[in-house]
Amino acid sequence: MSLFKARVFVHLRPSVLDPAGEATRSATKRLGIDGVTQLRIGKSIELEIEAANQEEARSKIELMSDRLLANPVIEDWSLEFKDEQKTLIN
Amino acid sequence: MNIGIIVFPGSNCDRDVRWATEGCLGIPTSFLWHETTDLNSYDAIVIPGGFSYGDYLRCGAIARFAPVLNSLISFVDKGGKVLGICNGFQILTELGLLHGALTRNKNLHFICDRANLSIESTKSSWMKNYKKHDSISLPIAHGEGRYQCSNDILKKLQDDDSIALRYAHNPNGSINDIAGITNKKGNVLGMMPHPERACDDALGNIDGKSILSTLLS
Repeated sequence: MSLFKARVFVHLRPSVLDPAGEATRSATKRLGIDGVTQLRIGKSIELEIEAANQEEARSKIELMSDRLLANPVIEDWSLEFKDEQKTLIN
Repeated sequence: MNIGIIVFPGSNCDRDVRWATEGCLGIPTSFLWHETTDLNSYDAIVIPGGFSYGDYLRCGAIARFAPVLNSLISFVDKGGKVLGICNGFQILTELGLLHGALTRNKNLHFICDRANLSIESTKSSWMKNYKKHDSISLPIAHGEGRYQCSNDILKKLQDDDSIALRYAHNPNGSINDIAGITNKKGNVLGMMPHPERACDDALGNIDGKSILSTLLS
């Protein structure tokens, strides 16, 4: 078994209004930064997972993302693995 | 005849519902801890408002995995009546018993107010004491009550006559002014307004009594 480190990004679908993102975007103007045309807020979920290989880790995380981490009605998600990987000795 | 109210860590309208159903309407009511799995002795189930499991991740996202909710799915399949109020509505959408999702209010405020509502469907027994387009007023109290669904689902809700309640003056940006919906069969109702807070004469509004009284019909 190996330990995989991964990060899942959850974000609202483009068609879903993000009022918190809009409020934050308006604050960028107050900070004096012009030109921010879009700002949307999502979540980053970092996790470590044990699996035989990266494919197995990926399929576990996909299931988790579809059923728990994101709500597919309003959110999309993407996944990236971090390079670091530990081999576990059982 | 007996009503069960599901209690999660973080539920906070459970006792209000019990006061309304038992105290004001005289219906025997018990609390059901979220780890219960036996719903056999209940005729109707209420999922109350609050912040189940702290609403971590998303409202209702963690509650949907509670043991009691597996049993609730069979309860609904057998035709049992389930009412989800506020956080209860959010949980029912996460669980997939109702379409759509509840998202952050458009104006980002936690809204605590009275809302004028229109009865939009009388197909289910929940609204049997009303005619279509009757007006009622109920308290609302939520930060994430903006109902969202795809255009296809919206059309399905309309075709199935599943839009139970609409806001007269949309407070939160909900699509199509939706305040409450039923499933296709009509035995599950989810609504953001709080009928249990409008059952006692002392509170000056008893518009919530009618919907709660239909739990046992």
